[in-house]
Amino acid sequence: MRYAMAVDTKKCVGCADCVVACQTENNVPIGYCRDWIVENTAGTYPQLELEIRSERCNHCANSPCVRCCPTGASHYEDGGIVLVTGEDCIGCGACIASCPYDARYPHPEGYVDKCTFCIHRVTNGQKPACVEVCPTKCLYFGDLDDPESEVAQILKKRKYKTLIPEAGTDPQLYFLT
Amino acid sequence: MNEEIIISGRMNPKIDPQLHIWGWEIPLYLFLGGLAAGILFFAAFYYLKNREKEMPSTIKFAPLITPVLLIVGLIALFIDLNHKPYFWRLYTTIKLESPMSWGAWTLMVITPVSIIWSATYLRELFPAWDWKFRWLYNLESFFIKRRKTLAWIMVFFSVILGIYTGILLSAFNARPLWNTSILGPLFLASGLSAGAAYIMMMSKNHLERKLFSQIDLVLIGIELFLIVHLFMGFLASTQVQIEAAQLFLGGPYTLPFWTIAVFTGMIVPGILEFLEIRGRSIPAYIPGLLILIGNISLRFIIVYAGQASRYLY
Repeated sequence: MRYAMAVDTKKCVGCADCVVACQTENNVPIGYCRDWIVENTAGTYPQLELEIRSERCNHCANSPCVRCCPTGASHYEDGGIVLVTGEDCIGCGACIASCPYDARYPHPEGYVDKCTFCIHRVTNGQKPACVEVCPTKCLYFGDLDDPESEVAQILKKRKYKTLIPEAGTDPQLYFLT
Repeated sequence: MNEEIIISGRMNPKIDPQLHIWGWEIPLYLFLGGLAAGILFFAAFYYLKNREKEMPSTIKFAPLITPVLLIVGLIALFIDLNHKPYFWRLYTTIKLESPMSWGAWTLMVITPVSIIWSATYLRELFPAWDWKFRWLYNLESFFIKRRKTLAWIMVFFSVILGIYTGILLSAFNARPLWNTSILGPLFLASGLSAGAAYIMMMSKNHLERKLFSQIDLVLIGIELFLIVHLFMGFLASTQVQIEAAQLFLGGPYTLPFWTIAVFTGMIVPGILEFLEIRGRSIPAYIPGLLILIGNISLRFIIVYAGQASRYLY
């Protein structure tokens, strides 16, 4: 099993519903977020190109955060979800410094927090909160090892990219272009 | 033109707008750890070369400060932790891929060894010292007989401590400025140089002063060589590392790095030590203090600048 997410940058309008859904679902402290929107404008006026991305932890298959964690609090769950066990985390910040996507933050209670792919929902057969609420249906989630899954199907049909593949992290968040 | 705006208002404290997860605690610890590693290395090295009589400052006096340095360093590390009550988790795990894990274990070995080493010389240095309890006297004579074993442990673990402070940072490939294997040897050389400078300042004996001026001069040469290599490596590497180097070549860290860390902290004391070796009389504390200032600023600058360097996407 290999959980992954695909984000359709052609459909995303940057409404930030995914951000709010995540904050509500996961009780993210005020002022923090586990997912966010990046609006990228490239080119020279009037030839401008806009790309909007809903970003979060990439749940990398080769995670620098898991590697550098001195206590093993950062670890892989079944399906490759990268999780932090709060009671094992000493809050040293090594994983935060090691993440090229800056996807982690120190929770006010001390441990390090980040996107969990809503593992509590996913293991019950539900979709992550961000995917569930997306009004343009631009987020796809599922098991890459299952060729019938939504995410495997869309990645077969569409062109896609990952973020900073040169960092060698093998990210599992795919952006349809 | 490539403009990137995060519109959800991501403003995670300590992450945005620029990573600043590590403040003064980490560079202070890296400095204290490097300095302690340097002092302990020379103490153990010259003990093993049977120089106890000729080099009392190196072997007996100077190491007295290392337990203080290491404990203050450990306190700084503890202050840095965000989830303090769980710090003991470090010592229920051994993770070889994590430099922080084996660094924590190294500290667990070298801190008590530095305390024991200093304690075995206390009565020699302060004849009025009284251990009060009989078992402490027994313990003292137990360790005095085993100084050679302690010295071997110290040589080995002080090198690990010195080099680990650099490897800790170089293991983060997300921060291109840190992600270079030069940082390990550079921090080791600079820690040894700080240790030599401290011993030079402590010593009242001409032989030791001269020896450590020479050692420091060589170490400063090695540091400058490594710094040149650092930038050669960056500039011949990928875009992210070229941009990391730009932080020091025109960017915001140019002035503090070249004037404080390199010029004041390496070149000036290097020249002073060269003059001293050539026979000029220069008070040892001038190059010594300059080296220590250079050392601590090198670590502050590298830790802060590293957090400003990042991948672009």
